[in-house]
Amino acid sequence: MCLAIPGQIHEVLAAENLAVVDVLGVRRQIGTDLLLDDPPVKGDWVLVHVGFAMSKISEKDAQEQIELLRMLGEAAESRDEVSSSAQDPQAEPDDATDSRGEPTP
Amino acid sequence: MKFVDEFRDADLIRRAAREIHKLATKDRTYRIMEICGGHTHSIFRFGLADLLPENVELIHGPGCPVCVLPKGRMDEGLEMAEDPNVILTTFGDMMRVPGSKGSPLESKARGVSVRMVYSPLDALKIAKENPEREVIFFAIGFETTAPSTALTLRQARAQGISNFAVYCNHVLVMPALRALLDDPAMRLDAFIGPGHVSTVIGCRPYEFIARDYRRPVVISGFEPSDLLQSIVMILRQLNAEEPSIENQYRRSVPQEGNRAALAVMEEVFEVRDTFEWRGLGLIPKSAMKLREAYAPWDAEARVGIKGLRVLDPEGAQCGEVLTGRTKPHECRLFGHDCTPETPVGALMVSSEGACAAQYRYGRRPNALT
Repeated sequence: MCLAIPGQIHEVLAAENLAVVDVLGVRRQIGTDLLLDDPPVKGDWVLVHVGFAMSKISEKDAQEQIELLRMLGEAAESRDEVSSSAQDPQAEPDDATDSRGEPTP
Repeated sequence: MKFVDEFRDADLIRRAAREIHKLATKDRTYRIMEICGGHTHSIFRFGLADLLPENVELIHGPGCPVCVLPKGRMDEGLEMAEDPNVILTTFGDMMRVPGSKGSPLESKARGVSVRMVYSPLDALKIAKENPEREVIFFAIGFETTAPSTALTLRQARAQGISNFAVYCNHVLVMPALRALLDDPAMRLDAFIGPGHVSTVIGCRPYEFIARDYRRPVVISGFEPSDLLQSIVMILRQLNAEEPSIENQYRRSVPQEGNRAALAVMEEVFEVRDTFEWRGLGLIPKSAMKLREAYAPWDAEARVGIKGLRVLDPEGAQCGEVLTGRTKPHECRLFGHDCTPETPVGALMVSSEGACAAQYRYGRRPNALT
């Protein structure tokens, strides 16, 4: 839970402080409120922790950290966690769309 | 050197390991605590302890939020979920942590509404979708995670979502470190500082450790080469007897921390007078609660909390392991009564817990040599 996962900004949404990121192949909407000092643009790499971007990182650092997650055997686990609401049998149907990154109003 | 060879920076790792052997003078021991559970996991996974000389010992610290949550708080959280109108939401790490009457997962199996979420924002979304239900987010975590809860609460308030509440169990790193340092039984020489917590709080809050307690702190990244480099920096400080706060993880940790994160925490939370930590007991000013302005979204204010304190199961030595007094495998229950499949304590549940890491990786002989 404490590990932050690198993700790449796919789209900065018009809505305040929201963006869609690619995290290990999963697309999801995240909050960018914590990057106020240096707002992200499409293509930037960020560290994502429980649904919010914590900081920007270089592409090199991002790739190294993804590699580390793989070696820790946590890449799949992290991906599942990011899209967990889609896998919860009790979840509402539109949770599934959310985890694929469809922006919700 | 099987595991070392998997790395691009295998040479860097070997060089750092050689440097550590050179720096560790034979006439003393070096007891270094890694505070963060993520570091603990990395250390076990890559067998880093096997690369160190015998007199350099790594002690696994209390930086796993699931592991330090006392059982009483877990019980009170699960009690809230017994109300059929409530949907209790929490992180995946929490689902298998045993309370007195079972884990959240077991509550769920009994038909209680417990849902796993990845983000507090997901919990808020569930509240919006279920206006007739009360949605409670069981929040845990250090300063890394607390800003996300704070931002979610700010949204709930701005959008006037009244069926959402937070059961706040956010804790603070510094008071726990101070409690460890004030414990006369503690024999720690230095700390490997947490990476992601420091991304939020910066380097300044650690200064008292070098100034008042004369112990080095090196804030570290998570890769094996980061951790070994941090140990090199610590040994240099200890040998020179010049303790200071150094930042090995400069690429992610700014000196001043994250301004927006600190501001939203300040807006939403205030420090509690005291809070119980598993293994460490009551620590003054070591946790956060919601400010008065957020009382309508405070699950504790809504349901009333009894302040239950529940002892660890007999025989379990979770507290001693958490404070570095006992190694995971030295616990009487380790590997027999307590395993990742049948956990007695939280340290065996979370992947960041020292016991789970030791169980999973620790018994592989000499992973790195």
